[in-house]
Amino acid sequence: MTDYKMVQLTSALPPVPPCIASIPPSAPRRSFLRWITGLCGTVASAVLGLPLVGYFLARRKREVAWVSLGSIEDFPVNETRMIMFDSPLRQPWDGMTAHTGVYVRYEGRDEQSVDRFLVLAVNCAHLGCPVSWFPQSGLFMCPCHGGVYHANGERASGPPPRGMFHCVWRIQDGRLQVQAPHYPTLQDTLDGTV
Amino acid sequence: MLKTIGNWLDARVGFRETFWPMLRHPVPRSLEGPMGWWYVFGSASMTLLLIQIVTGIGLALVYVPAADQAYESLLFLDYRQPLGWFLRALHYYAGSGMVVMLLIHMTQVFLHGAYKYPRELTWTVGVVLLLCTLGMFFTGQILRWDPDAYWGLAVAGSMAGRVPIIGPEIVHGLLGGDVIGGDSLSRFFALHVFVIPAALFAFLALHLWLVLKCGISAPPVPGIIVDPKTYDAEYEKELKTGVPFFGDALLKDILFSSLTVIAVVALAAILGPKGPSGPPDPTLGGVNPRPEWPFLWLFGLLSLSPPSAETFIILAFPVLVIAALFLVPVVSNRGERAPSRRPIAVLIVIVTYTALGALTYEGITSPWSPKMTAWSGDPIPERIVLQSTPRRLLGAVVFQNKNCRNCHALDGLGGTRGPDLSTIGTRLTRDQLIDQVSNGTPGGGNMPAYGGRINPAEMALLVDFMVGLRSPNQPPAEAYGLSPTVETKEAAKKP
Repeated sequence: MTDYKMVQLTSALPPVPPCIASIPPSAPRRSFLRWITGLCGTVASAVLGLPLVGYFLARRKREVAWVSLGSIEDFPVNETRMIMFDSPLRQPWDGMTAHTGVYVRYEGRDEQSVDRFLVLAVNCAHLGCPVSWFPQSGLFMCPCHGGVYHANGERASGPPPRGMFHCVWRIQDGRLQVQAPHYPTLQDTLDGTV
Repeated sequence: MLKTIGNWLDARVGFRETFWPMLRHPVPRSLEGPMGWWYVFGSASMTLLLIQIVTGIGLALVYVPAADQAYESLLFLDYRQPLGWFLRALHYYAGSGMVVMLLIHMTQVFLHGAYKYPRELTWTVGVVLLLCTLGMFFTGQILRWDPDAYWGLAVAGSMAGRVPIIGPEIVHGLLGGDVIGGDSLSRFFALHVFVIPAALFAFLALHLWLVLKCGISAPPVPGIIVDPKTYDAEYEKELKTGVPFFGDALLKDILFSSLTVIAVVALAAILGPKGPSGPPDPTLGGVNPRPEWPFLWLFGLLSLSPPSAETFIILAFPVLVIAALFLVPVVSNRGERAPSRRPIAVLIVIVTYTALGALTYEGITSPWSPKMTAWSGDPIPERIVLQSTPRRLLGAVVFQNKNCRNCHALDGLGGTRGPDLSTIGTRLTRDQLIDQVSNGTPGGGNMPAYGGRINPAEMALLVDFMVGLRSPNQPPAEAYGLSPTVETKEAAKKP
């Protein structure tokens, strides 16, 4: 292997001056200076590095924000509708990207005459694409890989490993409220159930 | 005067001592021959990288990496900023060209065994450069901040979310928050403009240094094998009769790079900028997200794989492919270099490109995606409903209305997720059709069960329509094990 370039590069450098080479490395003052330099370097790296690592790995606390989707009377029984709102989890500069939709279905009142709702995130449980609701066939279909869900959000066919993600909802003063959904994934669902 | 200034500078910088010999380093003489044309692809990808730097800086002067203004600033670049459209187009096509050139360059190095001793590290660093370039492609697509970018992030998030245990943390790190939004865009901007370019330049410098240090491999000759014990001495002997790199050997690179630039500029000028495809409003319907072309093959592979293998393909497969690329010089760093003596290497290249090509084709056509508008947009072919009974016509309406067309085509019109049903009447009997529609694919396959979503009257009409889906001269389907009765046989014979 030709190393002629390296030879040229290194031969251009002057030899180590004898004055530096002759200082014994064991001199106490010199060893103290080395020690203090090492200490200062470590402290400098730590005070600089720790906050930087902290900044890059930090995770903002997840907000719990409730969004009102409308009064109960607005929802006809057993009809699925997409309700759109601006996600309160947005940044002020998110613009229209913060527009969020959830599918809402009023299932009427149960035996204890408590209102039952079904609030589903639009994201397919397969890979997160937005599913569309087809009232004619009563199915949700995903445009990406053909995942299909029943009206109650259960998986009907296709690649999704589970049903649609259920949002957490509550009724406050006769109005349906939903917990602003974060981006749901298989291990980080909206209602805590995997 | 100029010479004096030059001498003054050189006395301090030392250009003549250092860089000039580097530029004039000898390369094998055979590169001056026709074999030298194999060596032009690396420099062409570097030329395209220079275009990316200049156009990237230009775009950064106008582009706003904020979720509420990125889309508007792209439209401004496309329509208002003088030549902004051209810079955007150039940035896209030069980037695409860079991936193409890198792939050709890598394939050439692989086929010619140029990664063998002593150039193993040069190959490894080259693989890192390919990964950096693909990383630039993906992050760049996100900066286009249209529905493709938004849903591309969603798919990436869902994939990352499958990592065991730390999946949610990775998703949060990828999106920069709890939702896809301004934080996600800012972090992909930082990756695209600072982090990945820094890595790319550092590894490119290392790659070039290694090319210089280990030399350019001579074109392979069958029978001349690489033996680490003797290779260095032989290569040095070869360089004794070599030609300087900065000289005629560079002419081919310059010519090819020039042609590449002309091609890329022509593509940009003719085809114009790519996107943005629409405003980044996630509630707008009609989205059909697709990855950029270098990732279409992965999209295809993923979609064609059984669900049970999916998580493996998402998480482990890319790692295995990258590991395999890294390990190429470890597996064989000696022996024959000529492709005519390395049939396995040639086979690997053929199989890889055939697979990539076929999967990319599948990714483009994506037959697994339902056509979401087919039920309302695609007509039933006239020949099917011509001279139909009223019951069959009503069945056709049920067929449209129940969204069957989104997955099933008639005469090639409609979705391709399920089979084309133009001749289903020859394959399934009335009872089998009712079973299939009601229960779907057994075991929860591709066809949803319509049992609860269709009333008996609709079902009867639908099946009336479907059993008639065949040409007049085709026989209807028969139940398994039942032979046609004498009467129907005779009836079929009658004109």
